[in-house]
This record gives sequence, structure tokens and C-alpha cells, in this order.
Amino acid sequence: MSDRLTVRKTYKLYLGGAFPRSESGRTYEVHDTKGHFLANAAWASRKDGRDAVVAARGAFGKWSGATAYNRGQVLYRVAEVMEGRAAQFTEEVAAGEGLSTAKARAAVDAAIDRWVWYAGWTDKLAAVLGSTNPVAGPYFGFSVPEPTGVVAVLAPQRSSLLGLVSVLAPVLAAGNTAVVVSSKERPLPAITLGEVLATSDVPGGVVNLLTGDAAEIGPWLAEHADVDAIDLAGAPAPLAMELERSAAGTIKRVLRAPAEEPDWSADPGLSRLRPFLETKSVWHPIGV
Amino acid sequence: MTMFEYAPAPESRSIVDIRPSYGLFVDGEFADGTGTPFTTVNPATEEVLSEVATGSDEDVDRAVRAARRAFVKTWGPMRPADRGKYLFRIARLLQERAREFAVLETLDNGKPIRESRDVDVPLAAAHFFYHAGWADKLEHAGLGPAPRPLGVAGQVIPWNFPLLMLAWKVAPALATGNTVVLKPAETTPLTALLFAEICQQADLPPGVVNIVTGAGETGRAVISHPDVDKVAFTGSTEVGRAIARAVAGTEKRLTLELGGKAANIVFDDAPIDQAVEGIVRGIFFNQGHVCCAGSRLLVQESVHDDVVASLQRRIGTLRVGDPMDKNTDLGAINSAEQLARIRELTAYGETEGATCWQPEGDLPDRGFWFKPTVFTDVSPAHRIARDEVFGPVLSVMTFRTPDEAVAKANNSTYGLSAGVWSEKGSRILKITDQLRAGVVWANTFNELDPTSPFGGYKQSGYGREGGRQGLAAYLRSDS
Repeated sequence: MSDRLTVRKTYKLYLGGAFPRSESGRTYEVHDTKGHFLANAAWASRKDGRDAVVAARGAFGKWSGATAYNRGQVLYRVAEVMEGRAAQFTEEVAAGEGLSTAKARAAVDAAIDRWVWYAGWTDKLAAVLGSTNPVAGPYFGFSVPEPTGVVAVLAPQRSSLLGLVSVLAPVLAAGNTAVVVSSKERPLPAITLGEVLATSDVPGGVVNLLTGDAAEIGPWLAEHADVDAIDLAGAPAPLAMELERSAAGTIKRVLRAPAEEPDWSADPGLSRLRPFLETKSVWHPIGV
Repeated sequence: MTMFEYAPAPESRSIVDIRPSYGLFVDGEFADGTGTPFTTVNPATEEVLSEVATGSDEDVDRAVRAARRAFVKTWGPMRPADRGKYLFRIARLLQERAREFAVLETLDNGKPIRESRDVDVPLAAAHFFYHAGWADKLEHAGLGPAPRPLGVAGQVIPWNFPLLMLAWKVAPALATGNTVVLKPAETTPLTALLFAEICQQADLPPGVVNIVTGAGETGRAVISHPDVDKVAFTGSTEVGRAIARAVAGTEKRLTLELGGKAANIVFDDAPIDQAVEGIVRGIFFNQGHVCCAGSRLLVQESVHDDVVASLQRRIGTLRVGDPMDKNTDLGAINSAEQLARIRELTAYGETEGATCWQPEGDLPDRGFWFKPTVFTDVSPAHRIARDEVFGPVLSVMTFRTPDEAVAKANNSTYGLSAGVWSEKGSRILKITDQLRAGVVWANTFNELDPTSPFGGYKQSGYGREGGRQGLAAYLRSDS
């Protein structure tokens, strides 16, 4: 055993491409499933949520305007960096979710593979969800899927990495930017994912990760006029209903959560891409 | 400018036999409603056309139970090809009785017969014909190998395109194997009730389509009924919010097609005469009672004066008056209530400093009328530049650069439609890409087709109607 004093990490938010503390100055203790202290995490406030929305809106034009090929490459690069951090993710998932190292490693592998799967979707969505429209007249008509905008994501509470990746990656693959509230009790993989994103090629502001309580920040995001959609994956039932109701005030797209957190290892299909895509239909006359 | 005088060319109303009163259409039969009946009037004459039943909570419940029975016993288990055949029958019957529907629509709604005859009714038939073909091909719709219907759809539609909106709602719902309880708007129930006769004529099994007339309370009963699986609404954003709130926390699926404040962008290289035709069609089609109306005209500064002058010249030739006259361009405003709203918002236009222009000419003495109106000197902060007027009122603003045009166009809580006019292809594609709107018409406006998905971005709603994409709103998919 080395007698070296370890360098302990200060856990912060990932917001606008930087790592600020919560403007509130608040932190909270994170424990493993046996109650042992793991870290102090930043406890994000509603103002952090608001700053995150500003950052996400600012990043939307560039991210949604990038070519689908470029977005795919950038997302694939995230998977590459995740792979390099697999050991760290495994440790955090094992501690936070109370899994054996082997099971935690399997969850991490599944999360990385899922990220790769979504990275490959960016330049297929238009072909699969778009169309040329054979209208009854002298017009060329086509429909293309386009990202909805800024998506608030309440990440699953239980599955701290595979669940998080399963809800975040489709939002990004579709070309949206995201404000994510991590699992409250198990935030460490989200924090590490923030570090992965910062050191890959994802532009700052495309993903903003807030550690803290979905019940505290969620209501502000649900009614925020500059948030276009909300994923309620990490909201328990009574909160989810309240958030859906307040999201109605600005006609947000709402992805509801099942009563029980699902098995994230199942094939998601397009179920998490469709809700965050709009369809634009374009017409132009044909003639000489 | 002198006008050619036209001799009156009225369409005959004798083809339509309007009954003195109508009941609800539930479980394949007409039955009295238990609510207090209301009257529907011809907005061009204020003549009472008929008395119509109001569906109470119990009536709605009866309709939903009939729809559920039909879903479980007949329509759900039916061979998809047979469902398609019923829809083909309906499409053909609509075509056969097209004149009857057009006349009735114009009498009840106030829109020019030319539009009901050439747009509303043919497009309604086309929607049924298009969706009929989907009924036995749903496994190819990109929603997984075995997409399943949702069950009972509760649908609430507006008064601006009464039959066409019915077709947009009923055709996809039925083609995908769902059954329907539909509430038409209280000022325009008659073509929906005539459609009920078509369902009988087509031998559609009882309960597959149920039509429950009434006002807002009846609509609320439809969307909040616990045995409704799917809610589809077209109407105002305000009501859309209330519906989304009411549906929150339930398992019901929801699609909303709400208001709009479309920008119609005219660049200096656009063919001005064509653009002016498009601007006129964009805002004065159907008296501007169109959610996708091009109500904000954005003109490049250098051509502003030319465009406005030509526009005014063209508007001076529009014929406002008897909707039943085949030469009429603008018919009646649908209701006294809507007329009051148009007046209120245009009054804001003047008090906030915009300049109002209307053509010369008289309006009929009876009925609800509003002249085609153009506001210039409009600022983006004015209410007439922000709020949906839902009437024949155009707000003109200017821009200098393409970026400014896009920024101004997107500066709206709505995002239903938009228009771009330019002779430069690369510019059209760039601007089209940057506009945050569900439908973009380039060098045309207000075109609709069942193969082309229609619906909004932002607070113009969610979900699409039409095309392969529109089927998703009525199917449960495994992928």
C-alpha cells in the first residue's frame, strides 16, 4: 500500500462547455449503496438550470446546422473517449448502483455500444423518417426531419450511466441540444460523462449536465419558454404529471416515463428519436 | 381603377336539403341529444339554417361506448383490406355528392363556393382515398412490423375547414384501425352531419364513426372521457394548452394542430406579379381563417413600395360578397364572435401606430363581413405582428439581409408555416432550411395535399397530419 496522499476531485457542473460550481454554492454528499461517502457533488439550482438553457439555446444553431456526417463523427468520438474511461465509469457504476465489477462493466459496455449505435443514426434519419411527397399538382414536395430544439432531460434515477446515455444520446443524434438533470443519488457517471464530452469534440453548450434534484429544477425547465421538449424519464409519477401539466403552457413536446424505470438494455428502436424530431414539408412549383 | 362588372352567378342551393333539426350520430343512427340544442346560421345572411343537438356528458359517454364496442367487435378485428374498402367507398361517395357538400359548406361557413367546390371537398375526398390505400399496408409505414391501433380516438375540429378537417382526422384514424368520436365546431356542424349520412350510405359498421355536436363543453367531455385512447385537436393555441393540461398524467396520446403567424418572405429578385398572387392567396384564401395563413409579409426593403402598390392594385380587384356567387373571392366572416375579434385586433394595429389600408367598396348589409386589410409601418412588437388575427388582415414589415429576414420570420411563438419568394434556387434552399416552421412554401403558398405531412413547430402544436408521417399519431409501434 502506497502512503501517497490521494488527490481528491472537486465535482462540479458541466455547463456551456465549462465546469462551474453551482451559483448557489450548494453541494450535497454522494454515498454508495452501503452508505459510504463517495464525493461531494454540486447541487444545481434553478438559476443554474436557467444558465444551462441559455447555453443550450446558444449552441443549437451550430449543432443542428452541422452536417449529419459531422454530428455522427463527433458522437462516435465521444464513444472512443468513453472507452478510455471505462474503468472509471465501471467503478462509479459499481459503487453507485451496488453492482459487482463484472455487472457494472457490462452496463458500461452497453452504454458505450448504445452511444455508438446512436452515432450511426445521424445521417440515416432523413432517409428513414423523411419522404418525397407525390402531391397531386405541379410541385416538388419533400419532408425532412429536423431537431426540435432545446430538450430538457431528467435522467433516470436508477441506471446512472446506461440509463443516462440511453436518454441523452438520441437527443443529440437528432440534432438537439440538452439540459440534463442527473440521477440525484447516483450522479458520478454523469459528472464523468461531462468530462468525456469536454475532451471530445462536442461543442460547449450542446450538453449541459446538472447534478441535483429533478424535483427542484424540473418545474423550472418544464415551464421555461425557451425549452422545446422535456423527457420525464427520471421524474417519479406525481412529479411527472405536474411537469407535463406545466409543460402544456408552452406546448412542449413531452416524452412520458413509464411507471417503473424500464430495462435500459432493451433495443430502443426509434422510440426516443421520434419525440425530439419535427417534420418540415417543403413545396416548390415545377415548371419552366 | 375601373372594374369589370360581373353579372351575378349564384350557385343554386336547391341541391341541398337542410333538415329543420339534427340529432347526434351515435352507433350508426341519429338520436336526440340531451343537452340544450343550438342553432347554426348562414354567416352571409344571418339566416338560421337548422337547430342542432348538443351532446351532454352522457351523450358523449354513449358515443365513446359505441366506438369502443365497434373497435373491439367489428372495426378492430376486420381484415385491413376491408377497412380500406370502406374508406374507398367513403371517398367515392364524397366525390359523388361533392356539389351537395360544397353548397352546404358554403352556406354554413360563409366561404366562397369556388373554394368549397375546388378545394375543401375535393381535398377531403382525396384524404379518404389516400388513407384507404394505407389500411392494408401499415407494416410498410416504417413503424415496425406490426403496428397496432390505439383504440378510440376523440377528435375536436375547428370551423374554418369543417369537412376537410373532419377528413384529416377521421381518414387516418379509420385507416389505422381506430374508431372515432368527433366533435365538429358549433358554428359549422352541418357537413359533419351530412358526412354521417355518407357513413350510413357506405354501410360503415355502427359505432366506427360517431359525431357529437355541441360547443366547448361537449369537446371537453370528448377529450377527457377516460375510455378515449387518443386525442386529436385542431384549433387555437389557447385551447390546445388546456387540452394538453387535461391529458397530462393519463395514458392518452395527443396531437395538436394550433395557431400560426406565418411569415411570407419576398426577396428583391422575386417575380413580383407571381409573388403578389401568392401573397393574396396566402392571406385572403378562406377570408384568412387559415391557421397557416401568410399573415406577416416580410418584403426586402428595396422592393417594398413596388410590392405594396401592386398588392393594393390586386386587392382592389377582389370581389367580397355573396359566398354562393361563383365569382366571389372573399366570403363572410364565420361568426359575429370572430368578426369582433378581428375588429379588436385591427383596432390595436391603428392605435399602436401602423397604417391601415382597405379597398374601396361596400359590404353587404346583413351578415358578418370584413374587408381585405393591409397594415404597413408595422413593427415586430405590434400585436398585429404577433397575434393570430385569423381574418383577412396582412401585416407588412421589411428586411434588408437574408439573416434579418430569417430572424424576423422566426421571431414568433408559432411555427406552423412560412413562404419564400425568390428566383435564386440556392437562396430558397438556404432560407427554407433556416425557417422554423412545419410547412414551407417556396414560390407558392397555401398548397395542401394528403401525401404531404402538415403540422407545426413550437407553439403551433405537435404531430403531423398527412403522409406516412401522419400515420404515427394513430398507431402503437414496437420500434
